[in-house]
Amino acid sequence: MVGAGLVVIGVGMGIGRIGGSAMDAIARQPEAYGKIQTAMLIAAALIEGIGFAALFAVS
Amino acid sequence: MKRKSTILNRVKKSAAVLALLCSGVVLAETKEQEQGGSLKAEIKEYIAHHLQDSYGFSFFSYTNYQGEHVYIGLPLPVILWDNGLKVFSSSKFHHGETVANVDGNYYALHHNKIYKTDAAGTINYDEQQHATNSKPLDLSITKSVVSMMFVFLIMFFLFKNLADSYAKNGGIAAGVGRFFEPIVLYVRDDIARPNIGEKKYKKYMSFLLTIFFFIWFLNILGLTPLGVNVTGNIAVTFGLALLTFLITNFTGTKDYWLHIFDPLGSTMAWYAKVPLYVILIPIEVLGIFIKPFSLLIRLYANMQAGHIVLMSLIGLMFIFKSWLGSPLSFGLAFAISLIEVLVALLQAYIFTMLSALYFGFAAEEHEHH
Repeated sequence: MVGAGLVVIGVGMGIGRIGGSAMDAIARQPEAYGKIQTAMLIAAALIEGIGFAALFAVS
Repeated sequence: MKRKSTILNRVKKSAAVLALLCSGVVLAETKEQEQGGSLKAEIKEYIAHHLQDSYGFSFFSYTNYQGEHVYIGLPLPVILWDNGLKVFSSSKFHHGETVANVDGNYYALHHNKIYKTDAAGTINYDEQQHATNSKPLDLSITKSVVSMMFVFLIMFFLFKNLADSYAKNGGIAAGVGRFFEPIVLYVRDDIARPNIGEKKYKKYMSFLLTIFFFIWFLNILGLTPLGVNVTGNIAVTFGLALLTFLITNFTGTKDYWLHIFDPLGSTMAWYAKVPLYVILIPIEVLGIFIKPFSLLIRLYANMQAGHIVLMSLIGLMFIFKSWLGSPLSFGLAFAISLIEVLVALLQAYIFTMLSALYFGFAAEEHEHH
């Protein structure tokens, strides 16, 4: 249970960083908005997968 | 007649609750009253029940004044292959309370699975508490199957309508197609084209569009009070991911396979490559399977988790047991429902996006260097 909590904290931090970096990138290059968003979503989805794997290992 | 009117009365009362929350709330309430057992276990069981596929739509149930269980729902056909085809209505099970008698064969529901039993419905167990009764081959039209057929029909008429309107109006969408046209174009221009490449994307468009709208519609359907959880069923997502897997590998070009079995190409002498390939090739081969597997798990886990959270928040109402509980539970459930609407679209997008990405890998043809 504690492990799952730790994983969720890690996942939250990871996705938060991706979101923040994507914001920075979009602010620098607004014309690349579409590409950045796509790359952000893919990376976020991959990290999210780890989080779910941990949650399902617990339950 | 009197009994009918009281039922009707209660149906009306429940309908108000039903419209806002979910069918199962009433179910949990009555169950709590009749057993008075541990509430947490009840809520857990209720959530598990909701997540599973079942042999009929159950809208709600209650115990009437005579102490009988009354289920309001829609039974669906059960189709079994057990030395011949057996077709009967799932209402014969009375939600697992009775044994169905079909031409002298007896079938009982046990943990939502159909087992062959004797007339009394005895289930035998082995040491691990698994039922040892024989299980007939189950081809039933369950809740999930009905939902998928429904989505299939909706998609067929919706997009046929869109295609027809193009033919009729000279390339201009009409009616509801106006809403879906930009989405179709988005899938083409922002998912397929950049990931697969200008030359080959057309070949994959039919699959990408189908899978996008199929997942999206099923996800949205899962948010209705009908209690369907199709995309949160690992067998369904397995089927979808299997399609992506097959298409990726059967449309793979020579370059795609070279990338897996000879990633370094002519950049090194063969004796230098051998020790590297001992590690690289197994990883690459494993990657073929991990890619669709991650698709499978992601969709399943996201939808399953969403439903669990939603159901748990509704369950809060019964844990608090005070007037504060209901608005709190309602507010949280409402907020999560809104997020789930977003997640429904996002997961369809991610699945389509990653499928397109994998097709892009398979279709790549780069100049040799």
